[in-house]
Amino acid sequence: MHAFDYVRAKDLGGAVSSGSRPAAKFVAGGTNLIDLMKSEVERPAHLVDINALPLASIERVSGGIRIGALARMTDVALHPLVKQGFPVISQALLASASPQLRNMASIGGNLMQRTRCMYFRELTFAPCNKREPGSGCAAMDGENRLHAVLGTSSSCIATHPSDLAVALAALDAVITLHGRDGDRKVLATDFHLLPGNTPNIEHALRHGEVITSVFVPDAAHAKHSSYLKVRDRSEFEFALASAAVGLDVASGTIRNARVALGGVGTKPWRSREAERVLTGKPPSEETFRAAAEAALEGATPREQNRFKIELAKRTLVRSLADLAGGAA
Amino acid sequence: MTLPPCYTNPEPDEAPNEDQPLDPTRRTFVIGSAVATAAAFVSPMLGAAPPPATPPKSDPNAMPVVLDVNGKRHELRLDPRTTLLDALREHLDLTGTKKGCDQGACGACTVLVDGKRINSCMTLAVMNSGKPITTVEGLASNGHLHPVQAAFIRNDGFQCGYCTSGQICSAVALLREGHTHSDDEIREWMSGNICRCGAYLGIVAAIREAANARV
Repeated sequence: MHAFDYVRAKDLGGAVSSGSRPAAKFVAGGTNLIDLMKSEVERPAHLVDINALPLASIERVSGGIRIGALARMTDVALHPLVKQGFPVISQALLASASPQLRNMASIGGNLMQRTRCMYFRELTFAPCNKREPGSGCAAMDGENRLHAVLGTSSSCIATHPSDLAVALAALDAVITLHGRDGDRKVLATDFHLLPGNTPNIEHALRHGEVITSVFVPDAAHAKHSSYLKVRDRSEFEFALASAAVGLDVASGTIRNARVALGGVGTKPWRSREAERVLTGKPPSEETFRAAAEAALEGATPREQNRFKIELAKRTLVRSLADLAGGAA
Repeated sequence: MTLPPCYTNPEPDEAPNEDQPLDPTRRTFVIGSAVATAAAFVSPMLGAAPPPATPPKSDPNAMPVVLDVNGKRHELRLDPRTTLLDALREHLDLTGTKKGCDQGACGACTVLVDGKRINSCMTLAVMNSGKPITTVEGLASNGHLHPVQAAFIRNDGFQCGYCTSGQICSAVALLREGHTHSDDEIREWMSGNICRCGAYLGIVAAIREAANARV
């Protein structure tokens, strides 16, 4: 691990000013950052510990809930407000990591976690456009079974690993960021960026800015929502494919639908195409299959991950069918 | 609570007997043996020169860290890179907590901080300054094993034992969390602790027994 100086931020202003220095990084749970610092993929010169900031509350606000960025995954997953009004968030969190890591990892840190692409995580694999812009992509023709089929570019095919971010993308969550110029808000769907030619730029957060909270609006499709995650083993594993779905069904017709996919996209993959297919239709297997076809249209596999296209479709169909069955 | 037959009550306050040195821990024994073995080979070549007395170097990056472990306060100066796991093992000699993968994937390093189970390899010691920490060494009280420890022994919840302290710390937290209503639930909520020997049947049985005993 490279040497760094450690600072404990006492308030938000202090955090922003310490975090604005070159090569400064914020640390909350540390479960991703410290891991990557050990392998020297991350080499901060200043580590700013923000755990003392009062940003861990989970509360009802006008029109929805606000989750503090320092709330821990366990506390959010088990919170009654989240379980009752936004089950997809609770389920996505409980399907993530392990109980120990969920006790440590914060909501803000979860959104900031880096890809699990092994070529990114190991310095011994030289080419990685995300780690060293312009160096190439070893995954493109390498071990790419776990890589993305949606939102890929010729520079990068790494998936975004978060389950929570998929649920937040589905539910139109809004992320509040705090920087030198005060607060600004970014839609969860706009927070993570497609790799394009700059896979090293992963999110809308500016250097020195802190994620302070996540707002999730109340909605019938949020209350009636679920998360289905398919993976190589049943616990403590990243998604091969996952689906965050919400349905508002009345009189045999889908009035409103929300669909986002995980494990298959270079960013948490909201599918408005699938939502358009579902809206106004009866909740049937046929409708769900059509929505899945729409969601994966344009998917571009590499040699080893072609299976993910059909797997994602089936994951989406099953999650919608289970959810609709539960409504009947 | 009945202690398992292999358990003998320690007398923590008893003064060490000068004639009979305390049992070496496995760690000091192994390290001592390795040093002795190496010395046997090396010393003839070096003419058995005594090692030069080097004063302990002060680390210019070190910063004050207070670790409150098993009810005992330790004032340390540590390089901020030191993980909580390394601070426990290398600076406080609390080697019950094990280093397995050192990347948060195996659970061998599980300890309780503020009563919650965490991976001590994935957090820096300095980030835990002043927080109450419980390691496997702090679970037994008044000469009695923690019920989870006793249940692991009774149910053969281990083979080689390397993951066991992490399994036990994790299970102690799990009982408090209450996710022990079925074997499947126990398995799901123990998924952060890997056992390469595959002693899972005994681990689940031990946790089930300890959970039932609490009700």
